[in-house]
Amino acid sequence: MTATAADISADAKNESDKPARPRRSVWRRTNHMLVSYLQAMPLALVLGLFLLLPILTIVMVSFWDYDSVRIYPDFVTFNYTETLGSWVTWKIYLNTFKFTLIVWLLTLFIGFWVAYFLAFHIRSTTMQMVLFLVCTVPFLTSNIIRMISWVPFLGRNGLINSSLIELGIVPKPLEFLLFSEFAVVLAMVHLYTLFMVTPIFNTLMRIDRSLIEAARDAGASGFQILTNVIIPLAKPGIAIGSIFVVTLVMSDFITVRFMSGGQSASVGLMMANQISLLQYPAAAANAVILLIVVLLIVAAILRVVDIRKEL
Amino acid sequence: MSKAAEIDIVSVSKIYGTTTAVDTISLKIPAGTYCCLLGPSGCGKTSTLRMIAGHETISSGDIRLGNTVVTDFPPAKRGTAMMFQSYALFPHLDLVDNVGFSLKMKGVARDERRTKALAMLTLMQMEAYASRRPAQLSGGQQQRVALARALITDPEALLLDEPLSALDPFLKIRMRAELKKLQTSLGITFVHVTHSQEEAMALADLIVVMNDGRIEQAAHPRAVFERPATAFVARFMGDHNVISGRVTKSVGGLVSFDIPGGISLSAAGKAEAGAPLDIGIRTDRVRISDNPAPGFGFTGIVSNIEYRGASVKISVTGAGIDDFTVITSDQAFFENPVSVGEAIPLAWDINDAIILGRLDS
Repeated sequence: MTATAADISADAKNESDKPARPRRSVWRRTNHMLVSYLQAMPLALVLGLFLLLPILTIVMVSFWDYDSVRIYPDFVTFNYTETLGSWVTWKIYLNTFKFTLIVWLLTLFIGFWVAYFLAFHIRSTTMQMVLFLVCTVPFLTSNIIRMISWVPFLGRNGLINSSLIELGIVPKPLEFLLFSEFAVVLAMVHLYTLFMVTPIFNTLMRIDRSLIEAARDAGASGFQILTNVIIPLAKPGIAIGSIFVVTLVMSDFITVRFMSGGQSASVGLMMANQISLLQYPAAAANAVILLIVVLLIVAAILRVVDIRKEL
Repeated sequence: MSKAAEIDIVSVSKIYGTTTAVDTISLKIPAGTYCCLLGPSGCGKTSTLRMIAGHETISSGDIRLGNTVVTDFPPAKRGTAMMFQSYALFPHLDLVDNVGFSLKMKGVARDERRTKALAMLTLMQMEAYASRRPAQLSGGQQQRVALARALITDPEALLLDEPLSALDPFLKIRMRAELKKLQTSLGITFVHVTHSQEEAMALADLIVVMNDGRIEQAAHPRAVFERPATAFVARFMGDHNVISGRVTKSVGGLVSFDIPGGISLSAAGKAEAGAPLDIGIRTDRVRISDNPAPGFGFTGIVSNIEYRGASVKISVTGAGIDDFTVITSDQAFFENPVSVGEAIPLAWDINDAIILGRLDS
């Protein structure tokens, strides 16, 4: 506000006092710059303090030394060489990629069709909004509770197994239902599908309905409309949803720990274990590697799809 | 280039739930005609077009195109092509792929369809922009691409849904001329939906004036303007004064009628005594004159004067007529000027008072 007032008075001066113009306008320009910086400041401060600074700290700690009781400021690289040189790390990364790929494919498939149904088959906007809110209802409880609620359903004596046995379909309880990789994938799909539904629904809602009529007018079948018009136009939403799901699954540790019953591992879980053993520098090095890997995946997605027009 | 098809609409209705958008209309559009469906918004003109195109199911009745009844055909099988109001170009495809879209759907090989699409773009003088996306084009250019896309299917009839409404006034007039030229050179049937009577008059061989889901009049523009069938048509086409009253007597081919709270006027024709009656009088056929034939003029007070360059518009009230418009040439006006508040005598010829019909409800 003060800057604006100063501008106005500077203007008024300029009117009356022509020779002073060059100096005044320089003053005015710096003033404008100052205002812009001030306006950008709050967000810059928040991001700097709560995003940039922690990341820099993690990068710093990843080069420190440690023993079983404490960590020492230093500059050593063995946290990285140890992590990258161990076949366990590679195996765990492979496992994490496997989860990511399976969960991505499943959430994409389910998410796209849910969004498609909401966007194209529900006629009234009110009903669309109601059904969309129904999709978000599970998010009113915490992740952990949603995972725990699978236990009575999938367990050895859970609903599914007891029903199957009573119906005589299986002779003894199915073991793979709980505390297995199947359970991990199931829980992840359950947790993350909405992150796919939301952006895809958003892009589908923006598709001009007359485009679909135009395609039909040109003789396109339902499937051709889907592949030639709807999916290409939904790409930005698919990309945004994929970024959500991939980053979430890549960094997940609680779902893997809980639903696999400790029989499977992920990068996040590896870090959690290192932290519980007070090996902070090793965990930090692992985190830096994971960050780079995830950023590379996101960059790859952005290279394939231009999402700028959606933002 | 292509064979034109006659379009025959037989007692077609469109009912949405409890509202009737189109009420049992019948219309024959001869092959090669430029037909304009004209009417205010919500009159059913777009529903009619969409039923011809096949984008709307027909609640009852039939539509015949050429020798085929197409009532239950999907859009692409009808031999029609539609140009959408907002053009509906695919934003993710370049112009060649946009134009060649229907060929791709038919499974035409890539090279062949690109050649054909490019030829069609060349016809529309858009070949220089072939690799652009629709968003990089102006409104007029988008319209040409939309036309190219519609025409590449080699349709027997082209259906246009308010094609000019998205353009600015200057471009509107230019693209209007292009449409007419294109229709003349292709010789196919055009059905064009519009709410602008000026556009319809400029383009059409056949104007279909619609109101409330029904056809008020379907005729050549000149017939519609000179002999409007109903009061609605006269009002909608503009440049007409519509006067309503009740018939007092009908003798010797001359009807006399009373305007409520006003004078008695006459018109040539026949009517039953006591029946309500509307007449239309063209605003440019009214004279400021002292000696009207009895029943063919009245004296009113000038309420407003608008100078329009070549003409002057004088609004008159009086004798139970709220709003009567007289258009006179600027020369006639300034030779014998009148001013607001002045009482002036108005007169018209017997032939200029046209009895307007009513649709049975």
